[in-house]
Amino acid sequence: MAQNLDDKKIKELELKANDIRQSIIEMLLEAKSGHTAGPLGMADVFTLLYFHQLQHDPKNPSWEDRDRVVLSNGHICPVLYATMAHAGYFDISELKTLRKFGSILQGHPHREFLPSLETSSGPLASGLSQAVGMALADRIDNGVESQKRIFCLMSDGEQESGQIWEAGMLAGKEKLRNLVGIIDRNNIQIDGYTENIMPLEPLADKWKAWNWHVIEVDGHNFEELNDAIEQARAVFEKPTMIIARTIPGKGVKEFERKYEWHGKPPNKEEAEMALKELRSLGGQISGYHND
Amino acid sequence: MIKLNPKIFDEDVEQVPIRKGFGEGLLIAGESDSQVVGLCADLTESTQMHLFRNKFPERFIQVGVAEQNLASVASGMAAMGKIPFITSYAMFSPGRNWEQIRTTIAYNDRPVKIAGSHAGISVGLDGGTHQAVEDIAITRVIPNMVVISPCDALEAKKATIASAKTNTPVYIRLAREKTPIVTTEDTPFEIGKAQVFWEGENPQVGIIATGALIHRALKVANMLGKEGVGVKVLNLATIKPLDEDAIISLAKETGAIVTVEEHQIAGGMGSAVAECLSRNFPVPQEFIGVHDKFGQSGTQEELIKHYKMDEGSIILAVKKVLTRK
Repeated sequence: MAQNLDDKKIKELELKANDIRQSIIEMLLEAKSGHTAGPLGMADVFTLLYFHQLQHDPKNPSWEDRDRVVLSNGHICPVLYATMAHAGYFDISELKTLRKFGSILQGHPHREFLPSLETSSGPLASGLSQAVGMALADRIDNGVESQKRIFCLMSDGEQESGQIWEAGMLAGKEKLRNLVGIIDRNNIQIDGYTENIMPLEPLADKWKAWNWHVIEVDGHNFEELNDAIEQARAVFEKPTMIIARTIPGKGVKEFERKYEWHGKPPNKEEAEMALKELRSLGGQISGYHND
Repeated sequence: MIKLNPKIFDEDVEQVPIRKGFGEGLLIAGESDSQVVGLCADLTESTQMHLFRNKFPERFIQVGVAEQNLASVASGMAAMGKIPFITSYAMFSPGRNWEQIRTTIAYNDRPVKIAGSHAGISVGLDGGTHQAVEDIAITRVIPNMVVISPCDALEAKKATIASAKTNTPVYIRLAREKTPIVTTEDTPFEIGKAQVFWEGENPQVGIIATGALIHRALKVANMLGKEGVGVKVLNLATIKPLDEDAIISLAKETGAIVTVEEHQIAGGMGSAVAECLSRNFPVPQEFIGVHDKFGQSGTQEELIKHYKMDEGSIILAVKKVLTRK
């Protein structure tokens, strides 16, 4: 079971998240297509999950008692792939095959090509339903005391979809304490800012209304994120929704908070600039080795 | 030849809704495998899933009027080793939730069994909104999906039990109305195998039927036999994977085919047969089914006649295809 975070662990996670962000930039540059903002924004959440919170075994991905991670918004898969590679699910060299013919890393996740994925995804808003199904099956098999947790990572844009509401109501009705949702609340979607496209606020109230336990955190603060997940593991009578406020494009100033970076990859110059910024930890380290 | 119900042409032939066979089959499947679970979108009795719910309440999930959720929740349960059966009306599942079935079930290759009830126009009085005549087309086009359209309640029971034992997604097409019992408890059933249900003397035409209309096809074969027109009738319960050998050998033997289904002509069972024969052994083919129209309110008999799927229409199709040989 995961423990509280000490300063040393937090530092370790920060460096790991930085490595993952670099991998994201490198793979997008190589692929020449894909999404930039979401993957960079969710790098901290993924890092905390795969390097601290998850009960999992990258060398035995079908281990029965593992926690499950369902990525609903499949388009941010560069962060999932990069994190899985750094965690040891497959070789990091595979990352440069993203979106290429025959790659295990399909443009959107496909478990036929990468069986260690819990599910294929891409079409928005169906991940939470699948996570609800996993949580229901786990409860049938292991009862309400089950220690297993089913995590479902979602975008804020997909909260606009009716299927999310269907799944939210069912999970509340069934009191699925083994289910933890995490919403990437970055306020952007492909056509613009969420509150212009389709206002989501008050978002927390919607989940509360469906009888979920709701926690709002800074999605780049490892301590807050970790506390929220620890709380989710402890809540007995409800599923938990963690609304993680994130900055799209986080880590590269040029990309941050701009919806234009939702669905496009960096070109060579932009990628070099981004990698320089990441490798120097935002300019904190001077004279870093640049090729 | 397959042994059929001896009372098949009698006025008082036993009539049972096909969906009832599904309900009984699901109960048996649930008894023999504790991994079988049932999910329904507010139509539990209508789809006959209540038999399973009453026996195994802890393995039953009521999702409410939410067919998209129904499909994807089942996919998640299958990911954990369950064998989920999901039920609603065919119009809503696989109709409304087609993309969820395609992506979360079939693309993931999860063994979810989709039972679509009230398929065809025979549901009658409810009107066109509730008459699914597109469901075969939209399911058979999905990779990994098995598509079964049982001809009576007994075959539906066997198909349901067999579906629970496969590792693939399956669509089972069910009808609401009472349907003549054509087969017997002993009639064998195997997914992917077509069966000869009628063999007239020197058959000149092969009728391939699926679903409840098999009964009318058999009546036509019997009548035409008395007029000296030999007809062979193939019951095509599994539309995918298609029993190509049986279809090709029927075409070779008779040289003319009539397909009979309570479904749109476009993309249905007849289309699947035509795809097979055009590649292997092209022969003249006529299609009995709905011709690019929506349904409407009416009794089963009124609608079957209006949309030209009655015995008279099948006879006309047989005679027409004979002139094209």
